[in-house]
Order: sequence, then structure tokens, then C-alpha cells
Amino acid sequence: MKREDMCVCILRVAGTNCDRETKTAIQDVGINSEIVHFKKLVKNRNLMEYDMLVIPGGFSHGDYVRAGAIWGKKLMAAMEKDIRRFMDEERPILGICNGFQVLIEAGLLPQSRGVSRFPEATLASNSPSGYGCRWVNLRRESSSVCIFTKDIPEVVLRIPVAHSEGRFLFEDKKADEQLEKLINKGQLVFRYCHEDGEYAEGKYPVNPNGSFYDIAGICSPSGTTFGLMPHPERAYFGWQSPDWTREKEIPKHGDGSLIFESAAKYLEKRF
Amino acid sequence: MQWKARVEVSLKPGHVDPEGETTCQSLRELAYPVRSVAVSKIYTIMLEANLKEEAESKIEEICHRLLANPTKDNFTYQVEKAE
Repeated sequence: MKREDMCVCILRVAGTNCDRETKTAIQDVGINSEIVHFKKLVKNRNLMEYDMLVIPGGFSHGDYVRAGAIWGKKLMAAMEKDIRRFMDEERPILGICNGFQVLIEAGLLPQSRGVSRFPEATLASNSPSGYGCRWVNLRRESSSVCIFTKDIPEVVLRIPVAHSEGRFLFEDKKADEQLEKLINKGQLVFRYCHEDGEYAEGKYPVNPNGSFYDIAGICSPSGTTFGLMPHPERAYFGWQSPDWTREKEIPKHGDGSLIFESAAKYLEKRF
Repeated sequence: MQWKARVEVSLKPGHVDPEGETTCQSLRELAYPVRSVAVSKIYTIMLEANLKEEAESKIEEICHRLLANPTKDNFTYQVEKAE
């Protein structure tokens, strides 16, 4: 499939606030995209019209109950059949920040035994507590099956985080078993690390939220559904970098672009 | 029949509770000898059911499905006839 023939659905609800910058990034990759309200998609449109689904960042439904919980449950109640078909056909789904929280709450990640009725993990309040907005380094796990990072040559990517509930955790007694599954199935995608690629080992602020095993992003066993707390759309262009004024020449793209480019290459090859 | 359920959702021990920490700190600054504060959420839910058992079963499902994430939350509830 050619890029100009692809169309990405960027889903939004009340409280979504990263839809437009996500659209700008996807457009720059050369793919068409539409920002679609969730209710409109359920009532008037068909998810299968799209080649990829993005759940962007924000504070869906005011983060009431828990971040991502309300949208996650509504998504599955209204569209479970379509979502399952979308995943079965290996069309990519990307959840960024609040979108990652939605995927976890919907039971679409990590899928240790398929789609789960109840969340298998949580993105809990940050430790240390509070809203954290900073640039972090992410180590791309080479064993990952994720289609969003498969074609990325770089080992360390620099992308910002902005959240107060991003601490990835499994239930204490199941944590080691769940982690082993993630590693064995190539579902670990990004871990917080130092500039040189050495893992954060839980140290703040390199690991900005106290995530278990420095986890910043995971994917489904198929590699086509991917959630991450950092915002690749905020590191898409070179001028979004915090130190671009120190460069002699502003690079055209930042590290976030690699994720969108990798997805585009997957779609070109797969469909 | 109308039933009134009181659901309390609280964090499991060891999870970060920013609201509790901040409240605790504020109370100490106001010179209260407070050791710790834990914040829970209370949901008061009015629902229809023929029997109390049916209402309890529905509330249990609601807690599992939406109100609590089993990884980090505990929940308790009481159901009584609504006046």
C-alpha cells in the first residue's frame, strides 16, 4: 500500500488534547489522517475504514475514576468486535500517554493471555509523586517484536514525558512472572535509561515515574498494538528539541519521528 | 426495588498516594501530630434490583469492571434498601 492511500484514525473524546500535533506528525510522514470523535466513530463510521488507530494523549473524561479507565471500558463496550478484528488483521494501534493508559485499562495490553476483561497492569501515580514533564532517554529493546520500533537503527531515543500517572506496575505477587512473559515474547519495547543507554535502575529522574523495571512502553505479542508514556509527537520535528538553539543546523526531525516512520514502513510492506 | 450502595475504593498498601501525602504534610504544618493520611474514594450508587443479592452482585461487577484496578486498588461495599 502506498502512503497516500493509507488513512489513520486519530480518536478523541472530551479531554483529549494531543490529537492535532499527532495529526501533524502523521501528515509529515506522508499518510492521511482524520481526527474522529469516539461517538462519531461508533455511530456513523466504521473502524475498518482505517489502516491504523491512534489513541492520543490528554486527560480523557477528566481522568475521573482513574486515568484512561472510563474511555478504556467504553471503547470495549461499544467496539470490542471491531477492535478485535482490527488487531486480528494486524492493523497497528498506538496509544500515547493517556492512550497507553486507555489500552491498559481496556485490557488490550499486555495481552498475556489475549485481550483481558480486567486490567492486567496499571499506570499508577508517579513516584516521586506529582506531575512530571521532562525529556527522557529511552532504550529500545532489540528483542522487541514491536512494529513501531522495528526499523529504528538508534538504540537510545530522546522523547519527552508529561504525566502524573505513568508508573507501570504489575500486581506485586505476579510481577516477576508477568515480566518474564513480556521479555520472552519480545513485548518490552522501551525502558528509561541514561544518555549512554545504561538502564535507569529505578533512579529518579532518569526513570521519571518509578516504573517497574524502568518500563516506558510495551507492545502486544503480535507487536502491532503499542503503548508508551512518552510523547513521540512532541519530539517529531528537530525544532521541538529543547536544545535546538545550540545546534549549528537544526535537524529536520527529532527521535519521535522514527516511531511514526517505522509504522509507515510496516503498513507499506504489510498491506 | 431501589438499593443504595456505598463503595469505598482505596489504594493497596505501598502505592503512592499523592493526595494523602500532601494532606498529611499540610496537617503537620498546621501543627497537628499526624503520622499519615490515606485517601479513598467513596461512590454512592443508587441502583434497581429485585433482591439484595442481585444488587450486591451488580456492585461487585461494577467494582471489578470500572471502579477498581485489581493491580493497585482494594474495594469494599455495603448495600442497603434505599429510602
